[in-house]
Order: sequence, then structure tokens, then C-alpha cells
Amino acid sequence: MSPRRGTSRQGDRSARPAGAQSGPRKQYFRRRRVCKFCDEKLDVIDYKDVKVIGQFVSERGKILPRRLTGTCSPHQRLLAVAIKRARNIAFLPFAAAL
Amino acid sequence: MRKYEVMFIIRPDVSEEDVDKVIAQMESAVTLHGGKIEKVDKMGRRRLAYRVARCREGLYVLFTLEGTGDTVKELERRLKVSDAVIKFLTVRIDEELERAEKWKALRAKQAVRKPKPPAPATPGAEMQPIPVKE
Repeated sequence: MSPRRGTSRQGDRSARPAGAQSGPRKQYFRRRRVCKFCDEKLDVIDYKDVKVIGQFVSERGKILPRRLTGTCSPHQRLLAVAIKRARNIAFLPFAAAL
Repeated sequence: MRKYEVMFIIRPDVSEEDVDKVIAQMESAVTLHGGKIEKVDKMGRRRLAYRVARCREGLYVLFTLEGTGDTVKELERRLKVSDAVIKFLTVRIDEELERAEKWKALRAKQAVRKPKPPAPATPGAEMQPIPVKE
């Protein structure tokens, strides 16, 4: 238990995304420090602009977690709703084939 | 009265005139049930993210309207019945707009309070020339 302590302290941020060790190294989002929506002062997250919302779903069509994108919690909640609406009207897939 | 956004998708194989006919029909459904259409936006042909009723493409139309629950209920019923329409989504937007306004006002308030801190950035610039002189 103790030998791992030292390494985890230094590479804390990179350690988690690298959890999927099998296969080739995937390109993960580096965590943004600021919420994109706070930064650009977007108050409404519209389900219609797929360009914005599309950045927050994975290739598989899943909603990306806050820890990867840096979105603040109020905006993440709005974003989740917007993504779900976009799925409903076929702007985004529910599950995308890889 | 509440504000709604109703988006629906028309099959891609419907002819131009029929598309306009469907839209006119939906508009009348709104106006006949105490609603008021604010905007009709034909967003055009788009690829669907997944197949709907065996179609890979669709014509998107967006209504912005004001009305009551009954207005929307009737419009949705018509949309459901229509063969040309394959999918629709209704979103109530008045609350969202209100919230956006509130945030905007909050930010404006903070902006009024804040401008003072950036000002003392100049003393730091003054510090530097001194060692250069010496």
C-alpha cells in the first residue's frame, strides 16, 4: 500500500485517464481549468447548436464527465439536459457505432 | 401564456409544396387554439444521427410560439397524426430565458463591483525600470 503512494502523488491527474491500459494509447481530453460556458459567458446551452454540444460527448455518444472537460457543475447540469434533448431530435446519437 | 419551441422533422421524400402545406396546417393548429406563432424557421435538410422511420435524412422545422398547455397538446396531436412528420420535440423556453436574464444581470452587477482590482497592476511595471537604471 505504501510503495504506490509516492508515484500517485506526482502523476495524480494523468493517472486516472490512463486507467484504460489495454490497446493503443487513446487521446484523452486534458482537463480544462475553466468551464467553457463560464469563460464564454453562455447562459443558455441550446440543444440546437450541435457544434458546441458535440464537443462534450465521446465518440461513443456518451456525455463526458466534468472531470475531463472542466465544466462547472451548474453548466454541466444544463449541458446534460441539452444533450438529451439533442438526442431526442436526432441531432446526436444515443449510441454511436465506433 | 408560455413560450415554447417545437421542433419537428419531416420525411425527406415529401415534395416542397407538401412541406409548406404541412407547415401551414401546423400553424393553423396553433392559432386556432389560442396560440401565437412568433417564428417559423425551416432549418433545411440534415442528416439524422440515427434512423427514424427508415429515414437517414430529414427536414427540420422550428416553431417558436406562445400559448397554453392546450395549444401544445393540440399541436402535438396533429404532429403525431401526420404521416409526413417523423419526430418532434417540444421545449418550454420561457423559464430558461428568464434564468439566462438573471445570470446576465448578476454578471453585470459583479462587473460593476470588480473593475477596481485590475488598476493596481501598474505599480508592478514601475518597479522594473528602477533596477535597469542602476
